[in-house]
Amino acid sequence: MAVVGPLSRIARIGSTFCRNNSLIFSRSSQRRGIVSCIDPSHGLTDEQKEFQKVAFDFAANEMAPHMADWDQKEIFPVETMRKAAQLGFGGIYVQPDVGGSGLSRLDTSIIFEALSTGCVSTTAYISIHNMCAWMIDTFGNNEQREKFCPDLCSMEKFASYCLTEPGSGSDAASLLTSAQKKGDHYILNGSKAFISGGGDTDVYVVMCRTGVKGPKGISCLVVEKGTPGLSFGKKEKKVGWNSQPTRAVIFEDCEVPVTNRLGEEGQGFNIAMKGLNGGRINIASCSLGAAHASVLLARDHLLVRKQFGEALANNQYLQFKLAEMATKLVASRLLVREAAKALQENHPDAVSLCSMAKLFVTDECFNICNQALQMHGGYGYLKDYAVQQFVRDIRVHQILEGTNEVMRMIISRNLLMES
Amino acid sequence: MSGRVLVGVKRVIDYAVKIRVKPDHSGVVTDGVKHSMNPFCEIAVEEAVKLKEKKLMKEVVVVSCGPQQSQETIRTALAMGADRGIHVEVSGKDYETLGPLQVSKILAALAKKEDAQLIILGKQAIDDDCNQTGQMTAALLDWPQGTFASEVSLEKDGIKVVREIDGGLETIKISTPAVLTADLRLNTPRYATLPNIMKAKKKKIANVKPADLGVDLTSRLEVLRVDEPPQRQAGMKVETVDDLVSKLKDAGKV
Repeated sequence: MAVVGPLSRIARIGSTFCRNNSLIFSRSSQRRGIVSCIDPSHGLTDEQKEFQKVAFDFAANEMAPHMADWDQKEIFPVETMRKAAQLGFGGIYVQPDVGGSGLSRLDTSIIFEALSTGCVSTTAYISIHNMCAWMIDTFGNNEQREKFCPDLCSMEKFASYCLTEPGSGSDAASLLTSAQKKGDHYILNGSKAFISGGGDTDVYVVMCRTGVKGPKGISCLVVEKGTPGLSFGKKEKKVGWNSQPTRAVIFEDCEVPVTNRLGEEGQGFNIAMKGLNGGRINIASCSLGAAHASVLLARDHLLVRKQFGEALANNQYLQFKLAEMATKLVASRLLVREAAKALQENHPDAVSLCSMAKLFVTDECFNICNQALQMHGGYGYLKDYAVQQFVRDIRVHQILEGTNEVMRMIISRNLLMES
Repeated sequence: MSGRVLVGVKRVIDYAVKIRVKPDHSGVVTDGVKHSMNPFCEIAVEEAVKLKEKKLMKEVVVVSCGPQQSQETIRTALAMGADRGIHVEVSGKDYETLGPLQVSKILAALAKKEDAQLIILGKQAIDDDCNQTGQMTAALLDWPQGTFASEVSLEKDGIKVVREIDGGLETIKISTPAVLTADLRLNTPRYATLPNIMKAKKKKIANVKPADLGVDLTSRLEVLRVDEPPQRQAGMKVETVDDLVSKLKDAGKV
């Protein structure tokens, strides 16, 4: 890295400057975004503004101060997430009769966007947990809903979504984990890869093969931690998302009661994909929060940092770059919120809209965060500054919950479908 | 004994916003600027809700004086656990000149009307820093006041209040009914939960006009000019203590 020489000189001289800047990035006011044109509360109802306020306050007070620590020490912040659950964030779009908050997809998007400004990785895990709780709430029978949902909504128990395998990522329907019916149990054999929360969570929503090849032979089973035959691989070392453990989930003659199957045999793939539609909006919302926080960080840096005798904010190139970042942020936000509304209303094109939102927003927001890092110069590369964590954390959003390439597949299929 | 607590909340410019003075120096820019509940008022609401949860008080009524937007602030208090709200409508020129004198008259009138046992306010608002409303309200009602409260306990024969004063902490016992003003360390306001925010929608907010309470809103104060604080001047380093003393003497500080 050619910049090390001048950088270390700057670091030595500017140590006071650095410390001041750390104060700036850790002050809670930053993440709330009191800057008018990118204000995330535009167009929201009074009630939604209240939800957003709680989420922003929680993010600023309970998450942002620990974001770097959780990342560096790879801490899974169970207590903080349980505090979030007490406010209703454990099952935001789960029905109230089993402990959920019963809110809409749009309300959910607003909440995750705000929480993400405090810590992307933790918010993303909370969104995966929410997705699993919803799947059980929607496709489970009453016994299953009452058995699992209350504990998930309160985060007494944590959940993981298990679809991907070492041999099937984008080609999810080709999954191999088998579930052989034996009496009133299924015997599971196989393994899942890259499972968020794997090893530390209690409830695993597992897509496995009960029937023929392809999507129609897949069913959805809920597997509880402690079931004999359920084990975990090593904790993966990741570039970001470090506040959630990622492990392989291994099934070796793991016996799961038939009563733990969500819906019918063969319905599993459908359940998985329906879960992912919402999951994609949630992940895109997390990217939005990171981009919003990064734009604010960049803006503040431009106002403070001086080169060539004046503040960087007087440099037209940087002014224009910031304007472009802000514009793309607002455009992304509108797309996610539209997709959320479409999903809520069961719009016939909801799946494509969710895919478009995920595709566009995760890409654009990554670019925004990346440019914000660039605007920080050498400081942007230091872990003392939050912007690099936003970049590292949201990079994976372009890959998981369906790669952005798979999103293109879904969208083009809709466009080229013979009607 | 009605067991009713009246809590006053004020809608102010959000603490995180950078304040800008209007070009005509008549005030600060408030249009399009983010507003929220005064932080000390949040602490007051939290204390009232805590008293209700401990079953020491039966009902928490939250009051705000201001334009239509003050209802948002009342809703936030309802989401924290207050039972109902009263919005005293004051807008336009009246709102610009609204100050502690008028608000305390309104609160005194409402306290009588609602038969309140206790009034809890924030110690001061972060926009005008007056620190007068609580004291004036107590005087108008001829009630005892426990201001700058950092600890409040309701006892059989009155209220024990620990006050934060310049010299440290002062503990007093006052009889009820009384006015309390909340200081920073009284409590940590709770987050509204999602279910409570939704329940708050159904709680009632009554609309009242100051005239209905027989309150005269005319201000006895006139704001002449508003300016930003002077820019901080650069300091200078000196080599010895003697230099420091002579420089201070030159500047007339010693």
